[in-house]
Amino acid sequence: MPLITFVSHDGEAKEVHVESGTNLMQAAVDNGVDGILGECGGVCSCATCHCYIDDAWVAKVPAAEDLEKDMLDCVLEPKDSSRLSCQVEVSDELDGIVVHLPESQF
Amino acid sequence: MSQEHCIIIGGSHAAAALAAGLRQEGWEGKISLIGADPLPPYHRPPLSKAFLCGDKSESELLIRPADFYEKNNIDLVLGSRVTNIDREKKTVTLHDGGVISYTKLALTTGAKVRKIPIEGSDLGGVFYLRDLGDVQQIKKYIGKGKSAAIIGGGYIGLEAAASMRKMGMNVTVLEAMPRILQRVTAPEISAFYARVHQEEGVEIITEASVKAIEGSGDVNAVALADGRSIPADIVIIGVGVLPDVELAEQAGLELDNGIVVDEYARTSDHDIVAAGDCTNHFNPIYGRRLRLESVQNASDQAKIAAKTLCGNLTEYRALPWFWSDQFDLKLQIAGLSQGFDQVVTRGDYANTRSFAAFYFQDGKLLAVDAINRPKEFMLSKRFLAEGKNADPVKLADESVEVKDAFEG
Repeated sequence: MPLITFVSHDGEAKEVHVESGTNLMQAAVDNGVDGILGECGGVCSCATCHCYIDDAWVAKVPAAEDLEKDMLDCVLEPKDSSRLSCQVEVSDELDGIVVHLPESQF
Repeated sequence: MSQEHCIIIGGSHAAAALAAGLRQEGWEGKISLIGADPLPPYHRPPLSKAFLCGDKSESELLIRPADFYEKNNIDLVLGSRVTNIDREKKTVTLHDGGVISYTKLALTTGAKVRKIPIEGSDLGGVFYLRDLGDVQQIKKYIGKGKSAAIIGGGYIGLEAAASMRKMGMNVTVLEAMPRILQRVTAPEISAFYARVHQEEGVEIITEASVKAIEGSGDVNAVALADGRSIPADIVIIGVGVLPDVELAEQAGLELDNGIVVDEYARTSDHDIVAAGDCTNHFNPIYGRRLRLESVQNASDQAKIAAKTLCGNLTEYRALPWFWSDQFDLKLQIAGLSQGFDQVVTRGDYANTRSFAAFYFQDGKLLAVDAINRPKEFMLSKRFLAEGKNADPVKLADESVEVKDAFEG
């Protein structure tokens, strides 16, 4: 099972192992990672699962679709590495990925 | 170990958020979540969409996996109903006669479908759509080439219609009012949804007066008062919900279109909080009391209730928002449009599938319905929460960036 490291805004890291095929938002919610909310349940409607993909991993993550890009333009503190974590599927290729969390989802 | 025991009655979005919120806020006592459903709390919105279509499994519906509750020492008492609350003795009675003591109680009883008396509604294949169990039954009656009649052209009815049409079914929506979504949107939005559904092959009949549901054993048609007969292998009735306040009423808590709670989600008994669809609460952004039917309110108010139970009183202040997915339309709604006297549209709603409608009252922006317009939604959601107004002329002008239509 791929390993994911979530790093909170204040630098606290939490490592979780999840099944391939799930998404980063669900991985966070299932394991009680507080910085990710995922209110809409993963349908790209709420943008409360904003995260930053670690620079070392950005190239390995498939690009966002237009709808997600438009949402990301409007989140607080967007960066080039911003993603909605519900739209990033976990795969064996992402084993070891590091995901940084924003200070706030609102 | 603390002797505190919080019992959460209800097993859906608010219950899940409340239970997790209590642990996040440092609640050290026992937590029991008593839900009527056999499954741990699950996402309801996909029931009329991805789950109905078969794109999502039961386990994918769960808000948190079952072991989350175990790891956080939250007792799930599932498939169980509370029949009585004794506020004097601080106990609840279960349907099997068991009695459990609490120190704090949380009511997250949600809403129940509004039922309407129609002749033939007891036939097989006639359903309301609220719980997983409803959809498990519905799935036995749907399939390519079959016919469905939906009674009620609100969001649930239209979502179910879109899902079944995508499966290759013949779908007819029967709406009693002159337009679909009449209760909740402007005429422009109704016209837009009617057009898209018709383009996708859904038949919509407005001002439909349903006389009876017909069949023997199972349904085979819906008879209208004007003599028309709509063939149907399945009928889904979606005509709204009512707050589930039976227990609160029996317990003598203050009610007024829902369980009356204060800004900290406390009921008239301060050892009892309530959150979600069942509550009537004050919204400081709109300056009035509301009863909302939404995941956002269930989750956000439940977190406030959890804080309250942990002694951290925090005012509930959230901008309501909603979403609905039908066909390739992603509708995102920020704010509440009730009371609007002006609608401004941005984009071509008559010919495209992407536009936004902004609702104003006395020149003040109230809400936006954004269809495949995530920027309009995101920015409006943030600025409405901050109390900022927008210029209707600039909003209507697509050459002006959305953010530049809002005051600085």
